[in-house]
Amino acid sequence: MSTSVTKQHKVSFKAVFKRNRVLLLKIAIHLMSFLPLLSLYLLAFDEQLGADPVKEVIHFTGIGAFNLLLLSLVLTPIAKKYRQGYLLQTRRLLGLYSFTYALFHLLSFLAFEVQFDLMLFFNEIIDRPYITVGMVALIILFSLSVTSITSLRRKMGKKWQKLHNWVYGALLLIALHFFWSVKSDIVEPMIYASMAIFLLGLRRDKIKAWFK
Amino acid sequence: MLIKTKKSYQLSEQEVTDESVYHSRRDLLKKLGYLGAGSLLAQSATANAGPLDFFSSKEAAVFQRKALTFQKANESSQILTPEAKVTSHNNFYEFGTAKGDPVENSQEFKVDPWQLSISGEVDKPYTLGYDDLFKSFPLEERIYRLRCVEAWSMVIPWVGFGLADLIKRAAPNSRAKYVAFETLYDPKQMPGQESRRLGGGVKYPYVEGLRIDEAMNPLTFMSVGLYGKTLPAQNGAPIRLVVPWKYGFKSIKSIVGIKLVEHKPPTTWNILADSEYGFYANVNPEVDHPRWSQASERRITTGGLFARNRIATLPFNGYGEEVAAMYKNMDLRKNY
Repeated sequence: MSTSVTKQHKVSFKAVFKRNRVLLLKIAIHLMSFLPLLSLYLLAFDEQLGADPVKEVIHFTGIGAFNLLLLSLVLTPIAKKYRQGYLLQTRRLLGLYSFTYALFHLLSFLAFEVQFDLMLFFNEIIDRPYITVGMVALIILFSLSVTSITSLRRKMGKKWQKLHNWVYGALLLIALHFFWSVKSDIVEPMIYASMAIFLLGLRRDKIKAWFK
Repeated sequence: MLIKTKKSYQLSEQEVTDESVYHSRRDLLKKLGYLGAGSLLAQSATANAGPLDFFSSKEAAVFQRKALTFQKANESSQILTPEAKVTSHNNFYEFGTAKGDPVENSQEFKVDPWQLSISGEVDKPYTLGYDDLFKSFPLEERIYRLRCVEAWSMVIPWVGFGLADLIKRAAPNSRAKYVAFETLYDPKQMPGQESRRLGGGVKYPYVEGLRIDEAMNPLTFMSVGLYGKTLPAQNGAPIRLVVPWKYGFKSIKSIVGIKLVEHKPPTTWNILADSEYGFYANVNPEVDHPRWSQASERRITTGGLFARNRIATLPFNGYGEEVAAMYKNMDLRKNY
């Protein structure tokens, strides 16, 4: 008798989990994205990030944006392969967090690196190819973020998908931006670039179709 | 009978916090409050204990520094970079490419015994052992600005002696036109030399060079210490070069060889990226690094993220009066 009770509990727990899995996943994404960002700035503010917190903050938000974008793009192939369609419902949140990190990346550069020297800020964006490339990627992520609202998506119809395919362009630009920004240590940018190319490779049929 | 009444502000013995406990409060705070947040930042330079170190009980070795006797520098109006920052924010790729790597990976670095040889186009080549580094020449303190090619800077009180003294003792001959420097090559001790990934793809040993007149300039300094003590390993113990009007990468660390030569010697960063790092590498706000501006810099002193520390970069890092004459007939755009 007692065993059947436990069993029943287990089953119902699993069912509850299954029913709320998108919500739970979203909560997990919020926690893993928002908490590091918050603690990053708290630690930096409290002089706990080493001698040059500016570099730490810029690097962390940049890598964070890249990680989150890769994560959002790995979901579709996984969902297809393992028939877990519900995963797709979390892509928007990951994409929005990727944009948020990228925005903090740029704002930290403006506020802490060039310290609101607007002349220097705009000159650097224009003169330095790797910063130009990063800026273009950020603009793409921005356009995708503002059009991610459901009502806009409906309004835009087919144009929406066309616009959102630009995420692949942003991905390549970000990989290039990272590669270009390092002094000599290219191992990490190489790993990131390979991941980006791998994810694009999984979509080769779709990409080929655009060029036909 | 004397009756003592205690005033409220008088503490009894047991109420006074033991000094060591008082000082460890920050560590405690870190362990309690910051651990969760800190371990999220796996790459953070502060985390001198990575998330995995939490499980290791091994006491970390600490590189020993000794107090030095030297002539103090005159009072400086410049705000010094705090010692903790000077010794925790380092580019020393032999111990890893992240700024916090050197302090973390160099604590077991052995500097005694050491051999520094002065050789090449000289009449009297000689070698200095570890103790000789501190006894052969009178030590003095020099407060110099250090400008990194990455556009940050520090103000550091070095202890050491002029490179000119060291070279003169070897009696260079007339073919000595350049000076070539070499860092220790010891992959067992220097993980960056062992692993390409950790060492940032640099070809080791690290080599640097100066023209002979640059080497003999009174500003050019051999440092054996900072903040009154021998150098920490991460700052280039036991002996390093300091050339304050050039970008930091010229100031080669942990030197084992100084060779007077006839032809311009190869230099590490120039080999790696000729278009970005020249042989001269004089601090020059007019000539940008191809990927960033050199017109201004962030001076690292006190203060964290919100320190308003961006200042204009000066030609020759502000030492033009002492060194500009050496380059008067040169195009410094070409000879960057």
